[in-house]
Amino acid sequence: MPEPPQPEQPQPDRPHISAGDRAAEDGAVAATGMGGAMDLAATEAESLEPAQPGGAPGAPERTRSLWSDAWRDLRRNPVFLVSALVILFLVVIAIWPSAIASGNPLHCDLAKAQDGAESGHPFGYNGQGCDVYTRTVHGARTSVTVGVLATAGVTLLGSVLGGLAGFFGGTWDGILSRITDVFFAIPVVLGGLVLLSVITSNSIWPVIGFIVLLGWPQLSRIARGSVITAKQYDYVQAARALGASPSRILLRHIAPNAVAPVIVVATIALGTYIALEATLSYLGVGLKPPSVSWGIDISAASPYVRNAPHALLWPSGALAVTVLAFIMLGDAVRDALDPKLR
Amino acid sequence: MGRYVVRRLLQMIPVFVGATLLIFLMVNVMGDPVAGLCGERACDPATAARLRHDFGLDQPVWQQYLTYMGNVFTGDFGTAFNGQKVTELMGSAFPVTIRLTIVAIVFEIVIGIVLGVVTGLRRGRPVDTGVLLVTLVVISVPTFVTGLLLQLLLGVEWEWIRPSVSWSAPFDELIVPGLVLASVSLAYVTRLTRTSIAENTRADYVRTAVAKGLPRRRVITRHLLRNSLIPVVTFIGTDIGALMGGAIVTERIFNIHGVGYQLYQGILRQNTQTVVGFVTVLVLVFLVANLLVDLLYAVLDPRIRYA
Repeated sequence: MPEPPQPEQPQPDRPHISAGDRAAEDGAVAATGMGGAMDLAATEAESLEPAQPGGAPGAPERTRSLWSDAWRDLRRNPVFLVSALVILFLVVIAIWPSAIASGNPLHCDLAKAQDGAESGHPFGYNGQGCDVYTRTVHGARTSVTVGVLATAGVTLLGSVLGGLAGFFGGTWDGILSRITDVFFAIPVVLGGLVLLSVITSNSIWPVIGFIVLLGWPQLSRIARGSVITAKQYDYVQAARALGASPSRILLRHIAPNAVAPVIVVATIALGTYIALEATLSYLGVGLKPPSVSWGIDISAASPYVRNAPHALLWPSGALAVTVLAFIMLGDAVRDALDPKLR
Repeated sequence: MGRYVVRRLLQMIPVFVGATLLIFLMVNVMGDPVAGLCGERACDPATAARLRHDFGLDQPVWQQYLTYMGNVFTGDFGTAFNGQKVTELMGSAFPVTIRLTIVAIVFEIVIGIVLGVVTGLRRGRPVDTGVLLVTLVVISVPTFVTGLLLQLLLGVEWEWIRPSVSWSAPFDELIVPGLVLASVSLAYVTRLTRTSIAENTRADYVRTAVAKGLPRRRVITRHLLRNSLIPVVTFIGTDIGALMGGAIVTERIFNIHGVGYQLYQGILRQNTQTVVGFVTVLVLVFLVANLLVDLLYAVLDPRIRYA
């Protein structure tokens, strides 16, 4: 389609980023051993950045903002509704697991080890004779807690550091980019094994801390790119010309217009962090047995898989549905925030 | 181009140092490297002090790191606690993991690109929606669940494959583990190819090719694919490093004695030399793969010129 050049439109390509850097960025994104989905999120979020001003509050004849537009789209999107309902249900049972499973997840009866389903115990028993249904329901709490807290930490740290680097540029930006490179060069599962194997604590905090430690560079890269794009726009120049202070420009003008890709990546990341926690627990370095976690249950059930596949299948199914719900939610949010698809 | 390569090589140095230093610190400072030597029991203090002195662990950490790196660059990765050279362990482990990675990459290329092209050309049709849904599910189900389920179904229930891979790990036994390892990236390659193809089908040069009266087959293979596959090729290239590092889970499930297995054992037994050595090599592989992909980018896409 031959289009006349429009001088006021921002370039479709991200400025200030050479082809080499872009390629390096694409490459580094793939480094997260876990994260096909993170890669997906990262690359697809990139498409959001240049597209921002289309729906941003800049065109006076359109009163709807990007956000109200997105919300209108989301409400009609069945994918969003289904995943939101699943997540709502997960959050409810995470807060209040005894609502649907009154038993004690740590209560086991070896006499019933590996037994199948019976009345009152729809999912049967695992290798230690614990009720699989109760454990699966109670496992939601650790997964959701780890996912939410890790995402909150990663988003906060990543967007603050990345946003400041993108906004101020210069030496700090260079140093930060090199630091993120370092973290990208370490495969995630490997780093988790090394770091968490030396920690003996039995709480969820080391796992969350580890995910934040290795996860923030991903978010900071997205935030940095998105702030650099938003920085170029005329309204930012106008605000600067009017004498606005850097903090006002950053908080009032840039942040609202740069936050969309961060939200999308963070939502999808939440799902992958839940999967990562389960993977680490499966490898024996995440959460340790007295805690109830899907990863621990799957790991414990895998030796008995020939006799009692149900003990493996139910927590796996719960894990898959949870991760899927968060990734689908992120997908739906991305579609809604991407004006190009309208 | 030459200057670009030099600049990239120079940029690799701090990243390499940073990543290896980070791993070195995690292993040596947070853990106790001597503890592993005494097995399950706690070390007797005099023995521990003696061992520390013998291994140079009483020196400052930066000095230990420098000594270690100096040795690495002369090809000496140290000795594992059972007396085996770490390089020997690598010699037996890396060929297995490389075979596994090759199988995974072949799956990515063949299945991923074919599915991507098919769905990209039929955007919005039932095939497209179906494949997209499947990729979403594959991305969502963690690798260890996919692996355990496939092992259960194919290996135990239907007995199509052997549930665990033998020590020599020939290619034919690695097909299912390779598929498991590739699964998430496979889904990603499919989506990437689909997006790229769907974008380029509307490009001017494709329309020109159709207008010239070229057969559809030729338009797709010579004009459309060639341009659409650039991002895919670069993704697959960078994925090599990630696959090798991410093989721990797959290797554990299928009992493959590759890099992941050695690393896992090293970590369990607190075998410092093995862990740091293998991670150092993996980081190097990752960095070199990234560099090669960046250079490949320029070869594949003449629009990109490195100053």
